[in-house]
Amino acid sequence: MALPKYTETHYRIWHYIYLTICAAVFFFLIAPLFVIFPLSFNAEEFLVFSDGMKRLDPDAFSLRWYQDMIYGTKNPWGLAAKNSFVIAIFATIGSVLLGTVAALGLSSRHMPYKGLIMAVLISPMIVPLIISGVAIFFFMAKAGLAATHTGIVLAHIVLGTPFVVITVTATLSGFDHSVTRAAASLGSNPVNTFMKITLPLILPGVISGGLFAFVTSFDEVVVVLFLAGLENTTIPIQMWTGLREQLSPTILAVATCLIVLSTLILVTAELLRRRSERLRGINQ
Amino acid sequence: MSSENKQILTTDGIPLEVSLKKAEKKNKIKAFLLVAPLLLFIIITYVFPIGDMLMRSVDDKMVTEMLPKTYKSMETWDGEELPPEEVFEAFYFDFQRLIEEEREGKLSTQLNYTKNGFKSIIKKLRRKSKSFEEGNYKEQIMAVHKRWADVEYWRAIKRRAPAYTYQKYLKGMDMYENEKGEIVNVAEDRRVHRILWLRTLEIAFFVTVFCFLMAYPIAHLLATLPMKYSNLLMICVLLPFWTSLLVRTASWMILLQQQGIVNDFFVMIGLVSDDNRIEMMFNKTGSYVAMTQILLPFMVLPLYSVMKTISPSLMRAGKSLGGTPFIAFWKVYFPLTIPGIGAGCLLVFILAIGYYITPALVGGASGTLISNQIAFHMKSTLDWSFASAMGLMLLSGVLVIYWLYNKLVGIDNIKLG
Repeated sequence: MALPKYTETHYRIWHYIYLTICAAVFFFLIAPLFVIFPLSFNAEEFLVFSDGMKRLDPDAFSLRWYQDMIYGTKNPWGLAAKNSFVIAIFATIGSVLLGTVAALGLSSRHMPYKGLIMAVLISPMIVPLIISGVAIFFFMAKAGLAATHTGIVLAHIVLGTPFVVITVTATLSGFDHSVTRAAASLGSNPVNTFMKITLPLILPGVISGGLFAFVTSFDEVVVVLFLAGLENTTIPIQMWTGLREQLSPTILAVATCLIVLSTLILVTAELLRRRSERLRGINQ
Repeated sequence: MSSENKQILTTDGIPLEVSLKKAEKKNKIKAFLLVAPLLLFIIITYVFPIGDMLMRSVDDKMVTEMLPKTYKSMETWDGEELPPEEVFEAFYFDFQRLIEEEREGKLSTQLNYTKNGFKSIIKKLRRKSKSFEEGNYKEQIMAVHKRWADVEYWRAIKRRAPAYTYQKYLKGMDMYENEKGEIVNVAEDRRVHRILWLRTLEIAFFVTVFCFLMAYPIAHLLATLPMKYSNLLMICVLLPFWTSLLVRTASWMILLQQQGIVNDFFVMIGLVSDDNRIEMMFNKTGSYVAMTQILLPFMVLPLYSVMKTISPSLMRAGKSLGGTPFIAFWKVYFPLTIPGIGAGCLLVFILAIGYYITPALVGGASGTLISNQIAFHMKSTLDWSFASAMGLMLLSGVLVIYWLYNKLVGIDNIKLG
């Protein structure tokens, strides 16, 4: 973004103001996440930088909160982590299966009432979570599924499918349907065509939709707060209770782990996005 | 040309039109069958429950079912003066049955919603009615407490006769129906919901404005920088986007606390003295700051994806035709970004209007929103019908915004980055 030499002074000044504003906004976006890292290694119990930490004294840092996270008895982080992963994995599988199949149907030009059906399918993404929480709670309570893993998984499938539907329909919009016709003319049955031709081509879209569904389930707290019993506690619920009662450094240790996890997910999602862009580039 | 009237036949001898229609129908069914499982699932677990919420919010059968005889005898009562003996008698028998079923407590809670003062007189009636003699129930009930001889209380009972009610919606707007059936505001010092609605709108509006003001320059920078730099900077937007909401809220709690880094910084540059640090958490400021940062990526991503498609030569053309860079920006670039602005603002506003977690943690009493009130009634007071009514009021607000957006910009412009 180097300015040409002939730029007049006041535009030059304006340009640097603009860059400063951008830098400030980027700082505002990313800096809060980096407060958590150092404080999670704090040797003391307080959530402020101790004098020792400011001097970079090695004694002021420790792993005690990570030990507390894993071995501590006060917070059932182990159970919460297990529940979170189990629920998120099953919710992702459910969302991806239902969402991908529905997206295939929605992308067909023969689909009747496309707009209306699409609106219904993505409505859980649009409606404020608190309302979804109340509605889903009423349903699960009636169905006898409140405070069960099944109930939470079903609720998260509801919340996760819109993302899969949107990403997969977007991928299918650039899909060349003549390849499936070619497969059919060569004697392949529809299921075989889907597995061998369509699925590999739309896979980046499916996986990135799945990532959205996974993160939605893994981070979701509003609906789970209504549905979960003591047995079904998840990481977000534990964090919520912890943050409400007392901000302990153990929570920061957990938060650090979650940031690492989200970095991994971000990298995967980015790689997939580039791959899918490359594939679409070839198709055109 | 006689062949025009002749039908074109397929090789099987079926008219082509019929054959095509058949194929079309088959394809339609195929496509629909693919969508059907998800559609059915969403309808059962999501659309019907929202309908159920609607039913709950207007349902008022409880009292009607608890006092069947009373309401039957009240049909002929005009409500002008105290009801006749048969109403008292019917009420006495209904009440005795409720005591047997141990449901009189529920009745008193329900009637107390309609008119304050029922709780104590029902308790008293329960105690005294054990020694009631047969006949002349009017005298005996009226003797229990002077409020039982007050026609206002009997009118209050009569008002609960219909099986459906819109009272909960009125309550959500801080209004109620008085004895004469007029809709009036509640006393000024008891208006809590209107303040909450206004505050929710206010916070959602300003958070949207702040997000827009911050997102526009950085989305522009991301869209105009060469790929290798913009990809790096994009991480600053995407990492918060993928990070757990609670983690981000936690980091704001650390930053904004009184001994936190932001206050340390203010003290260091001499903005405030050490012993009167600014309270930035548990009030509106906390909600504003945290919500703006958390929702910012939702504004940046749609803006970025629109700006990416705008060719830089358009700006150059504007400038070469004699516009200053500012005019070229305002007349050429800005109008082209409007779909992105629309999508970003809609997304942020709707997310902000239903926000629950962050305001509950950093908002304190003055920074909580309508969602917190809904959760409070779901979990603490257990007044589920009221929570449903407020939820549906919020939902209808959101739907109105969508409708407006669809009219103005078109809903198809939403992109997920």
